[in-house]
Amino acid sequence: MEQNKMASLNTQILRMSGVNPRKCMRCGKCSGTCPAYDEMEYHPHQFVHMVETGDIASLLQSESIYKCLSCFACVERCPRGVEPAKLIEAIRSLKTRPVGQNHITPDEIPALLDEDLPQQAIVSALRKYMK
Amino acid sequence: MMKVSYFPGCTLKTKAKQLDIYARACAEVLGVTLEELPDWQCCGGVFNTSKDEIATKLSAVRALSAAGKAGQPLVSICSACHNVLKQTNAAMQNDSEFASHVNHYITQTGQGQMAPYHGETTVLHYLELLRDVIGFDKVKSCVKYPLTGKKIGAYYGCLLLRPSSVMAMDDPENPQILEEFIRAIGAEPVIYAMRNECCGGYMTLEEKSLAQKKSTAVLDNASSAGADLLVTACPLCKYNLDKNGQNPLPVVYFTELLAEALGIKEA
Repeated sequence: MEQNKMASLNTQILRMSGVNPRKCMRCGKCSGTCPAYDEMEYHPHQFVHMVETGDIASLLQSESIYKCLSCFACVERCPRGVEPAKLIEAIRSLKTRPVGQNHITPDEIPALLDEDLPQQAIVSALRKYMK
Repeated sequence: MMKVSYFPGCTLKTKAKQLDIYARACAEVLGVTLEELPDWQCCGGVFNTSKDEIATKLSAVRALSAAGKAGQPLVSICSACHNVLKQTNAAMQNDSEFASHVNHYITQTGQGQMAPYHGETTVLHYLELLRDVIGFDKVKSCVKYPLTGKKIGAYYGCLLLRPSSVMAMDDPENPQILEEFIRAIGAEPVIYAMRNECCGGYMTLEEKSLAQKKSTAVLDNASSAGADLLVTACPLCKYNLDKNGQNPLPVVYFTELLAEALGIKEA
């Protein structure tokens, strides 16, 4: 049963992201160019491998899904066009969409503000971290 | 006078007024009126790449569709707005399933029917307006106070250039558009390695140390290459470089320098 659920999640991730992890040749360039590499438990090349092998449960539990900056460096620089950031986005969406799973809520925002912080930062964080 | 539709975005109306005000005034001098879209809504700041993410992209589609209805290209200045508008437009062109879901929403609103939209509108960044519509030669000929002798580093960040298959503004690893702009206003561009690396973006909210590290690396790299000043088009880049970067190198919006060169703003 649990295995079926994971297989279905995997199919969903592939469909949402449009990514084919089998194109990956394990060169590691995505992780080498990732500005959030140091903050991640699992790195972009590991995301690709873990989706390919169906280890979705670990990714859904990891804080790494909130570290991606959406800078598209891995998407741009992958020599095989795998686009790892799209996988990370799909997994983050799967995690935050169910009720009560928001990573950040509007109530937490006021404490994070300073007078110069652009609105763009707040809307971007809310768009990435909550449904 | 040529007219284009204009999407300012949330931050240009609040914390980044210098981007908005000078962009409009400079465009007038250069023969283009930026006509602000009526009833525009926030673009959301980031484009969610999941294909089944529909509702959060509707505000961008409404803006694109409104510009199309006016028969005008849609111009924005904020790197984030431009990225969201351009990526949404590409999805409307290339992903028929996504476009079909979106059109079910936008063509059934209570406030008057909207025609189905399939990405017909041309999306331009203000820099592309300068380069491809007005022309940097024309910009140069309108300069009254050239910024002679100023050594300026272009900070592209992420969103202006990537993903290049969609953004199609410039070479993502060796861009020229901001350097051409810097030359057009009479200054000298300084090339440095980190001009297209991330400043830390919205992570400043959750993990300030990351934004500090990334922004400082960009500023240190630019100052060691000899830049006196950086220009950017992105309010969040400017915030991170100014507030989180541990280096006093000044950062200004490119529109401020354009306004100085055209004699609209005092240096």
